[in-house]
Amino acid sequence: MIKSLKKNKSAAIGLLVIFFFLIMAFIMPFFIENDPKAIFENALRLPPAWMENGNNQFLLGTDDVGRDLLSRLVYGSRISLMIGFLVVLVSMTIGTFLGLISGYFEGKVDKFIMGIVDIIMSFPSILLAIIVVAVLGPGITNAILAVSVVSIPSFTRIVRSSVLVEKNKEYVQAAISFGANDFRILFKEILPNCMAPLIVQATLCFSDGILNTAALGFLGLGAQPPLPEWGMMLSDARAYIESAPWMVTLPGLCILTLVLGFNLFGDGLRDLLDPKLKGR
Amino acid sequence: MIIRILKRLLKSLPTLLGISLLSFFLIRFIPGDPVMLLLGERGADPETYKEMQKSLGLHLPWYEQYFTFLKGIFSGEMGTSIISKQSVQSEFWSRFPATLELGIFSMIFAIIVGIPLGIIAAAKRNSIIDYLLMGGSLLGYSMPIFWWGLILILLLSVQLGITPVAGRISVMYDIDVWSGFLLIDTLRENVRLEEGLAPFYSALKHLLLPGIVMGTIPLAVTARMTRSSMLEVLSEDYIRTAKAKGLSPFFVVAKHAFRNALIPIVTVIGLMFGSIITGAILTETIFSWPGIGKWIVQSVNQRDYPVIQGGILYIGFLVILVNQGVDILYSVLNPRLRK
Repeated sequence: MIKSLKKNKSAAIGLLVIFFFLIMAFIMPFFIENDPKAIFENALRLPPAWMENGNNQFLLGTDDVGRDLLSRLVYGSRISLMIGFLVVLVSMTIGTFLGLISGYFEGKVDKFIMGIVDIIMSFPSILLAIIVVAVLGPGITNAILAVSVVSIPSFTRIVRSSVLVEKNKEYVQAAISFGANDFRILFKEILPNCMAPLIVQATLCFSDGILNTAALGFLGLGAQPPLPEWGMMLSDARAYIESAPWMVTLPGLCILTLVLGFNLFGDGLRDLLDPKLKGR
Repeated sequence: MIIRILKRLLKSLPTLLGISLLSFFLIRFIPGDPVMLLLGERGADPETYKEMQKSLGLHLPWYEQYFTFLKGIFSGEMGTSIISKQSVQSEFWSRFPATLELGIFSMIFAIIVGIPLGIIAAAKRNSIIDYLLMGGSLLGYSMPIFWWGLILILLLSVQLGITPVAGRISVMYDIDVWSGFLLIDTLRENVRLEEGLAPFYSALKHLLLPGIVMGTIPLAVTARMTRSSMLEVLSEDYIRTAKAKGLSPFFVVAKHAFRNALIPIVTVIGLMFGSIITGAILTETIFSWPGIGKWIVQSVNQRDYPVIQGGILYIGFLVILVNQGVDILYSVLNPRLRK
């Protein structure tokens, strides 16, 4: 595995980026003095330390109410990784389950599930997430839930199509002839053989989840202040784009890098796990 | 042909019905009493309450309500906005051209830039150029476009002062609505009033940044798709034959390979209509573009439920119809798909 990672540059670079953010989220907070929510009233919109008027106490400057930007970005990485993780967990669990049932039993169940999947997929993802938030009310938990709902169909489709292929193979027929029950066949026999595309989809879903939740935060429908969520920080920063551009550039750069890291990793992983698609 | 089109539309009927159900139940899922929500905290005396309930038809059993709702869809009566007091239908159609104009502009940008980049990457496979282009495309694909828009505003509008920050056209000009597309309407006005091309340029300048922002992700997707489709075609036997005949590499790529690689590319572009709407929601919010994306976000923030309900319905229907239209178009364009 490590050897093939070395060969696949995009997966390696992606993994490095992800590691960087893991360190940022779980180790850097020990070295940060300022609380991300603490307000320094006499340090409003200070530029980063290396610019004119910068202050070494605030390495990357402060925001419009005088909070330390570095500290907010660092704690924000925790939030974003958490968001990605939760979105994948929820949508993969539900999506995989539905896909297994749909592919294995076919018939009416399949038609019903795929019908719903088609409806969800015919909506642009952000729009559907906005609708869910409109019903549940804004907030980070509801935003995560909304983005998870939107991510379910792609898991369902992928698992379903793998199941349709796998269930006619000999090892499944053998298990059936031994008298294994449906539950055992689905989870012990078929599921492990659907893992490769599932893992790739999970990686890509991680980045989509982060991006979509940040977009909801930006629209004011996701995380609420004073939580240091990157998307919401960006929407606060919009008003100060001329006077404090660092407030705009830094959170967005974090989102872009983290999302890019996961996409690179996912792309590389696909090449590793599915050599047929290599170079596409 | 007509039978095939009808069959396709019939197939998408369950999905359309599903969307109408989703949109119908949306208002009923909201925690609390919709009538109270619509009336606000002050107007809660029992008489107004009853009146409101009746005007919304909420005193009827749900299936009758749904039936009335379906009838409303067909007659184009989608209720009225709580905030503006105008019909949802007229609000939608007055904003839709703005989104469509922006969408078309951004798609043209994505296609004109994306396809050549994809062809170059495929022709120079595994070279530095290929890596750079594909790296750039992944960067574009990962872009949080709400940030990208702000960065472009920062660079081009704030620092260089080239492009305007918001809106569709300078407030100096008052253009009659004819097609709803400002690029067309300004030209028409120009012909009529001999005003010069200033309003047209103003509209074009306003379109530039949002168009680029909205086109970024489609551009990345188009470039990647073009590259992979070209690579597949370039490994075919007839390409080897063409090369063996001694044709110039440019001619082989541009004429023989590209024409055949075009089919999957066109598919992807056609199916990108959904992502136009996604892009519109974010882009229009950043640039205060008066289209349906901004309208929906605003309505969610103001809890204008009739608008959200109608908006979902219209957008859902449009996406499905466009996707079906693309499918039908293909079987016309590509003889191999005709069964």
